[in-house]
Amino acid sequence: MAVVALYRSTIGKKVIMAVTGFIWVGYVVLHMFGNLKYFVGATSINGWAEFLRTFGQDILGYSGFLWVVRLVLVSAVLLHILMAYQLTQLDWASRPVRYSGRNYLSATFSSRTMRWGGVFILLFLVYHILHMTVGNIHPNYEELKPYHNLVVAFRDPIQVVFYVAAMIVLGLHLYHGVWSMLQTLGVNSFPRNATLHRVAQAIAILVPLGFISLPLAILLGIGVRP
Amino acid sequence: MNLTLKVWRQKNAQDAGRFETYTTSEADPEMSFMEMLDIVNQDIIRKGGDPIAFDHDCREGICGTCGVVINGVPHGGHGTTTCQLYMRHFKDGETITIEPWRARPFPVLKDLIVDRAALDRIIVAGGYISASTGSAPDANGILVPKPDSDAAMNYAVCIGCGACVAACPNGSAMLFTAAKVAHLNLLPQGQPERYTRTANMVAQMDKEGFGGCTNHGECTAVCPAHIDMSAIARLNRDLLAATLKGVA
Ligand code: HEM
Ligand code: FES
Repeated sequence: MAVVALYRSTIGKKVIMAVTGFIWVGYVVLHMFGNLKYFVGATSINGWAEFLRTFGQDILGYSGFLWVVRLVLVSAVLLHILMAYQLTQLDWASRPVRYSGRNYLSATFSSRTMRWGGVFILLFLVYHILHMTVGNIHPNYEELKPYHNLVVAFRDPIQVVFYVAAMIVLGLHLYHGVWSMLQTLGVNSFPRNATLHRVAQAIAILVPLGFISLPLAILLGIGVRP
Repeated sequence: MNLTLKVWRQKNAQDAGRFETYTTSEADPEMSFMEMLDIVNQDIIRKGGDPIAFDHDCREGICGTCGVVINGVPHGGHGTTTCQLYMRHFKDGETITIEPWRARPFPVLKDLIVDRAALDRIIVAGGYISASTGSAPDANGILVPKPDSDAAMNYAVCIGCGACVAACPNGSAMLFTAAKVAHLNLLPQGQPERYTRTANMVAQMDKEGFGGCTNHGECTAVCPAHIDMSAIARLNRDLLAATLKGVA
């Protein structure tokens, strides 16, 4: 079957990485906007958490929609990692003898840290879910009270530093990843190249900035209301 | 110019290989890199040694036969082939490291010469147009829009030197394959076999054991024909279309 042949090819594996990456980019952008509701106030961000659970509940039941999203995201990240692993094996096998020294002309720090950066993002993801969704490593977690959970968590500067670092790594992954995704999906062309690079750079800078603004604001006491 | 060369020497495919050091004081800034190697070889021969084996043919940048990695960059990084690289790019007293293309599908035959038949097999898989021979067709029987012929020519200039593979951190042959596919897939004569060509050439590329493309762009940075990354986007697009059409 054609789809199986695509999966077998190195290009097809990249297409799977691009599509799953695209799903996550979409999610990450929405997640960031949701977080910014913190600046509107406790009712706004707590209401958003409630909305995510009541959305579509007539058909899917309470939290049903949220579970569909979670299922899609988990499948996407697992596929993304599996393809990254398989391609990395093929890539390394193709260069069994290394050069005595390499001088890179166009590879960037971002493009060269996709693999280790990806692993770090995965570890962060696990930590973040235990911290803010499950709540078992949170000092004082309260179900469906994101405003409270955030304000308590980010009083701790160590947490803030860790979250900021993770968002910088995410930005680096997206800096190469978003452009690479457009190239893999065949959207790129000679005249579009510069524009697509700028789109990728904008996403890679604005998304982490949006995320970082919240822990920093809380640490500095901005917008914190009792 | 006084130069010290660290050159990869390897008797044959089985030999492990090692770097050996040579010096010369006879290099001149106006010499090509290969003329400089010729002088070093003359010296080695005079002393009864085995000259450094390196590939070359036209020495004017059009055949794609030459190519070594110079100081960690295929073709030395001045936008030319190795044969068109001039010694004025180097400093007096410099130490220059010279290595062969490194990729599993490019086994070293001797010293700096590698076997690039893997690229030929990718061409055999679909890098052609099937046409019945006979009397020459009318010159303007098939009209080609000017933008298409320009774009096709920009990809057709690939000389198949393999620097893209050598430069790629993944040892990928995507830029080569993409240039060949994009060239033919842009022209009306290439349309009947467009999707089978794309699928078959990609399948052969993978079968040869080249790595995957991660879009670092190292390939295009060293390409003496200046093929750009849009070739790869075209290849990806046509492979996706081939899949949707059920050809791949
Ligand atoms: C363990 C987790 C992860 C690993 C190991 C990983 C690894 C990789 C690797 C190796 C690539 C290919 C690099 C290249 O083409 O140069 C890649 C691409 C990409 N990643 Fe990740 N990644 C991970 C998580 C994520 C997450 C959470 C997101 C989304 C926020 C993401 C978004 C992307 C995108 C958009 C691409 C571009 C796909 C393409 O080139 O077509 N990745 N990742
Ligand atoms: S020898 Fe022909 S391109 Fe260099």
